[in-house]
Amino acid sequence: MKIAITSTGNTPQATLDSRFGRCSYFVIYDTESGSTEFIPNPNKQAMEGAGPASIQLVASKGVEKVVSGEFGAKVKAIFDSLKIQLVIVKDCSMTINRIIEMVSKQ
Amino acid sequence: MARPKKLRKITNPPKIKGFTPIRPLAGKEASPVLLDYDEYEALRLSDYELKSQSESAVEMGVSRPTFARIYESARRKVAKSFTEGLPIIFQGGPVYFNSDWYFCKDCRCWFNHLNKVDPVIICPLCRSSNTEQSDAGNETKQ
Repeated sequence: MKIAITSTGNTPQATLDSRFGRCSYFVIYDTESGSTEFIPNPNKQAMEGAGPASIQLVASKGVEKVVSGEFGAKVKAIFDSLKIQLVIVKDCSMTINRIIEMVSKQ
Repeated sequence: MARPKKLRKITNPPKIKGFTPIRPLAGKEASPVLLDYDEYEALRLSDYELKSQSESAVEMGVSRPTFARIYESARRKVAKSFTEGLPIIFQGGPVYFNSDWYFCKDCRCWFNHLNKVDPVIICPLCRSSNTEQSDAGNETKQ
């Protein structure tokens, strides 16, 4: 299963980004192969519609879960119809490494 | 022009795409019965969760008479499929999807859970089952 995590930087030591649509990077983590892929978010500076555009990006990667600090008002219904699970982590000081560690020990 | 249909709330989309008959009649595969998601949800609320029409109508965000119409249409489509031996395909309808928020008390995160038919709620992050449904989260996130 693939999981998308929003990240502030492109290293595993970076912390979780508190926003979904305008986060700096998306980390696509594959639980089967253990591989991670960092994708710069092209919608970071978008005036509006950053959320739906970001959904398209992560959905095209085939993720089933998205971990972020907060999701905007427009995205929940779209994620629901795509059957992608949302996880909100309020503690944005968590590093990407730590989150990957948590989801991979399942 | 007819008034546009109100969107119906679907909390539990079907897990499968539809049904095909066992040993289907030749030439019938081409004309499947199209069961809309709102009709599926109406059938599930009434005959699986055994809710009253008024309760189900509130859950789907429509009036009681509208719910009755959706439910009747669903029943007729299922009956048509059974008697004529037609496949059923779940698709479309004037719907939107909505899920409930849950809170994990161990890692203090919120997550949503789309399929209420699976009652075991485990945290997707830490696999803890120490979770609760969160109404407060629902309001702040919308």
